[in-house]
Amino acid sequence: MRLLAGIGAQVLGLLALIGRVALYFVETLSHLLRPPFYSREFGIALINIGWLSLPVVGLTAVFTGGALALQIYAGGSRFDAEAVVPQIVAIGMVRELGPVLVGLMIAARVTSSIAAEIATMKVTEQIDALVTLSTHPMKYLTVPRVLAALVTVPVLVGIGDVIGVLGGYQVATGSLGFNPAVYLKNTVDFLEPLDIISSLVKGAVFGVIAALMGCYAGMNSGRGAQGVGAATKSAVEAAAVLILAANFLLTRMFFSL
Amino acid sequence: MIEFNGVTKSFGPKHVLRGVDLTIPRGTSMVVIGGSGTGKSVLLKCVLGLIKPDGGSITVEGGEGHDRDAFLARFGMLFQGGALFDSLPVWQNVAFRLLRGALARPRDEAKAIAVEKLRRVGLSPDVADLFPAELSGGMQKRVGLARAICAEPEIIFFDEPTTGLDPIMAGVINELVREIVTEMGATAMTITHDMTSVRAIADNVAMLHDGKIRWTGPVSEMDASGDPYLDQFIHGRAEGPIAAVR
Repeated sequence: MRLLAGIGAQVLGLLALIGRVALYFVETLSHLLRPPFYSREFGIALINIGWLSLPVVGLTAVFTGGALALQIYAGGSRFDAEAVVPQIVAIGMVRELGPVLVGLMIAARVTSSIAAEIATMKVTEQIDALVTLSTHPMKYLTVPRVLAALVTVPVLVGIGDVIGVLGGYQVATGSLGFNPAVYLKNTVDFLEPLDIISSLVKGAVFGVIAALMGCYAGMNSGRGAQGVGAATKSAVEAAAVLILAANFLLTRMFFSL
Repeated sequence: MIEFNGVTKSFGPKHVLRGVDLTIPRGTSMVVIGGSGTGKSVLLKCVLGLIKPDGGSITVEGGEGHDRDAFLARFGMLFQGGALFDSLPVWQNVAFRLLRGALARPRDEAKAIAVEKLRRVGLSPDVADLFPAELSGGMQKRVGLARAICAEPEIIFFDEPTTGLDPIMAGVINELVREIVTEMGATAMTITHDMTSVRAIADNVAMLHDGKIRWTGPVSEMDASGDPYLDQFIHGRAEGPIAAVR
């Protein structure tokens, strides 16, 4: 009985959290549509979330694309289907691995950084100071970051997709004996516009989730260093789980029709 | 004038404010004293709307601050830890209000005002381009003070202005607070448990104890109040009614 009560309490807590995050998202949207708009903070967020994430996104994509080519080649050779490497690498990277891995890397890099920064601002009363300076913390801290993530993460996903496909190309043509021209032709011919659209939409959704969870956890952090640590951890965990859940829903929406 | 009428606030089972009644006349400096955890900061944050009281009312010049931006534009606040924005250089911290919103000025003009305010609190212009992390605790307090007065507010709040400072720097900050409040003609509310600050800053003193104002009056009458709680507090005695209550 006690076990059931414990599970029930956990479920209720999770539902309450989802509700609070949803309300936070709605509030963010409402501030997005009303002035003032802090363009300097938006510019800084663009650089932090977009530009500075490029190296980690590029490295993740190139290694994943290369490993994917090796795996498909090894698996395909069991039933004489090695030739499908370009197509499967392309579809795997663009539809799934590109957006998901970029989303998770953004959750690791950006969500943690946003949560720690805002939580530290909270425990050192900088959020209160913003209010006393007639500046709404939601407008100044959350809106620029969420908007920057919405704009930059799809671009990062697109870049990650291309680098991932090129990683597969490099391995396939360098080690597995594929003809470079044929590999590229098969890749381009096989991809459909919907594959690319779904990838970019996923990127936009994952970017919003990553930035929103960082801001939410930071704004609601507990006191002291422990509070900052807990906020950072919970932000990354929640962002990663929500990204994977959203990925399933979006995949179902785009490809189960 | 700031008026508190029956202000109450609880955090779960803990009743921090149990009906605070206090009046701070316009242009005077009120210092609220009391032990740690008695709700001094909560009282101050209730005025600014950072914490919502459970009951009672707080009026500033007769109004309750329904237009938040206009209401907050009348205030300046020095936070206990400075609360300077790490990501901004000192001058942008000081001129924060002048760089955005209704009071926005051209960047050069805002910087010139910030440098002037830094000079007013005894900091040289070369501090303007440093970041808060590069400053000592005393310098951070001064920058916080410069930020509090930058937009020339009608009302200034000081939250533990001398906490964490050495006695000489505490004396400097006390003098600055007194001078600035006098020359600006601002209404000031300071919360502290530093009795040296009280004597240097206050026109009037209020003692908050057990969620209510235990005693209030001019600072000149504080020593002869005859209130055992206040006497114990201002003389820092370990024995007395406050220790018994704890």
